[in-house]
Amino acid sequence: MSKMIKLTIDNKIVEVAKGTTILEAAREIGIDIPTLCYMNLDEMCIKNKPASCRICVVEVEGRRNLAPSCSTDCMEGMVVHTHTIRVLNARRTVLELILSDHPTDCLVCPKSGNCDLQSLAIRLGVREIPYEGERTSFKLDFSPAIIRDMDKCILCRRCETMCNDIQTVGALHAINRGFNTIVAPAFEQDLQHSECTFCGQCVAVCPVGALTERSFSNKLIRDLANPDKTVIVQTAPAVRAALGEEFGLKPGTLVTGKMAAALRVIGFDKVFDTDFSADLTIMEEGTELLDRLTRHLNGDKDVRLPILTSCCPGWVNFFEHHFPDMKDIPSTARSPQQMFGAIAKTYLAEKLGVKREDMIVVSIMPCLAKKYECERAEFETDGNPDVDYSVSTRELANLIKNANIDFSTLPEEDFDHPMGESSGAGVIFGATGGVIEAAVRTAYEVHTGKKLESVDINQIRGHEGLRSATVDFDGLELNIGIAHGLGNARKLLEEIRAGKSEYHAIEIMACPGGCIGGGGQPLHHGDDSILRARAEALYREDAGKKIRKSHENPEIIKLYEEFLGEPCSEKSHQLLHTHYFDKSKEIISE
Amino acid sequence: MNMSNVKIKLPKVNVDKIIKICDSFGNEPGELINVLHRTQEDIGYLPREVQEVIAQQLKIPVAKVYGVVTFYSFFTMTPKGEHPISVCMGTACYVRGSEKVLDEFKRKLKIEVGETTKNGKFSLDSLRCVGACGLAPVVLIGKKVYGRVTIADVTKILREYE
Repeated sequence: MSKMIKLTIDNKIVEVAKGTTILEAAREIGIDIPTLCYMNLDEMCIKNKPASCRICVVEVEGRRNLAPSCSTDCMEGMVVHTHTIRVLNARRTVLELILSDHPTDCLVCPKSGNCDLQSLAIRLGVREIPYEGERTSFKLDFSPAIIRDMDKCILCRRCETMCNDIQTVGALHAINRGFNTIVAPAFEQDLQHSECTFCGQCVAVCPVGALTERSFSNKLIRDLANPDKTVIVQTAPAVRAALGEEFGLKPGTLVTGKMAAALRVIGFDKVFDTDFSADLTIMEEGTELLDRLTRHLNGDKDVRLPILTSCCPGWVNFFEHHFPDMKDIPSTARSPQQMFGAIAKTYLAEKLGVKREDMIVVSIMPCLAKKYECERAEFETDGNPDVDYSVSTRELANLIKNANIDFSTLPEEDFDHPMGESSGAGVIFGATGGVIEAAVRTAYEVHTGKKLESVDINQIRGHEGLRSATVDFDGLELNIGIAHGLGNARKLLEEIRAGKSEYHAIEIMACPGGCIGGGGQPLHHGDDSILRARAEALYREDAGKKIRKSHENPEIIKLYEEFLGEPCSEKSHQLLHTHYFDKSKEIISE
Repeated sequence: MNMSNVKIKLPKVNVDKIIKICDSFGNEPGELINVLHRTQEDIGYLPREVQEVIAQQLKIPVAKVYGVVTFYSFFTMTPKGEHPISVCMGTACYVRGSEKVLDEFKRKLKIEVGETTKNGKFSLDSLRCVGACGLAPVVLIGKKVYGRVTIADVTKILREYE
């Protein structure tokens, strides 16, 4: 046990472990010292505390200057005051100085209502900005998924911590010095031309409107009003476990039925489920896994294992940039979003009697990289994309409010068919480990010809960033690896590159927690309990489903009978599989 | 949309130099500043391509390399002149009129701070304190130090290098 320290904060005595900061000690006894830059991602053991904002200053008796509480360790016998007149004056001046170089266009800022700086100005009762001086001015950076408006940046460096320490992407870094400092990609290039994977974790932690998502909400409203278009929607598994939070519901509240009902009120012609195409992904990816495994076991030297999942577009971008030498080992199966689009604009369009160009496929995703994925050139036919655009969970919440819907009293409805039926396996795609569990449920039965006794494969589940499990395939021990967060993925990939990997199959999700922690979800501010609650909700929905294995989904069976033939058939390959690109930088010496 | 790998072109002799420098520091990410220092000494400046090679050798993001290059005024991404001029703008030099001296250099050479003359002969920079405050205002040309420089001295000094 570590040494305990006693100190006094605002006349309350508190005992904490050595190494605890004043800010953390204060929070333990319900004293909420405000801060802008501090961020604690407990589960990942990563803290962002550059002490750059100076909002959290406190007075420590016997100390000459004010101390930034986020980065000052508690000492035995310390006496701390968090709201003396000196502290309040300093805190206000610091805030006023930050505001003096911040646009005051709050009314039209995409972060309005969800902005830490705005909340702090309200909390401190700022009514004027007394300082006037030079302002920073940077060009707006529009990427396919993320918008950077650096005039609004307060240099908290949270995005840099996410991008470098957690995701190990390294697209963002503080550059220049003093007043000219900016967090940007190398050479101040646009995000699109950097190593950015569009995972959106920087957007998820930005306290202000400097990093926001590219919104398709207005385009969607216009499309819905167009009588010549059939607008259909698919909703990703993770959305239903988090959307309720935007309406004040407890984290982990499932709103599947309400969400389907709300989408109909908003005006979609058909409301479908990405869980359906998640099942389809399992059919294709599971078949590919078994094929590669069998060939490998039969001594085929051309087959590389482990097979890696390929549902996550942030992860796909990551290996295309950082591990292009391994681009032939992820599954070639497209993501559920893209499988849905490809089937919708062929099979479904024919069933509905709608021409491809008159159908608009919209996806509701917990993700920002999905916005980019829609625009990848390999996912279009004659210039018409399979999925037209993707809307985030946060955007959907606003669309629901905009349609004057009282979400809490909305009666539940079901999805439309034939692309609305799903198994429990499709539902758990949204949580880390879910895709590989779903794959195992199907692969086991196909490989062994036996019924899986328990579909809950608990050894795969969990929240640790890197996990491994062994599943007995009737004598064949299948080694499975799971990583969420790209920093963890990097560790697994480096093992594979070094030839030290014992895994047969690996699931990788770019965002911590999997899709439930995606960059397009309601902000969780680093609170892991929210992520856990969302994951539990998905496993709850899975447990309540009659069908829990992808290959037993009747609409999937019908799709193969009527249209695709069999998994990994020629038609499947054409519509449901893809290929990857080398996006690394190559040094050419001449 | 960028779907192919990005090609970074650099003369082979420079790539070899950088690789050797990085090797001499054990390709340690923590040696970044030393690597940049030595590379600038060897190649004269740190253009984008050079930074990309260093990033690859040290296995660190190029954004980080660029961050360090832009943080320290010593590092430069534009080629320096044959005779790099640095005018000290530290407190002591500043109060004794170094700004006027700097302006005179700008006027005479027809370049701004951070630029190089067309013939490649001179480049002009300002820096903060060289530790010779007793000689303020101080001008450095290459490694040679000029003390108590006045506007009138500027033409005389430049003539030494013609």
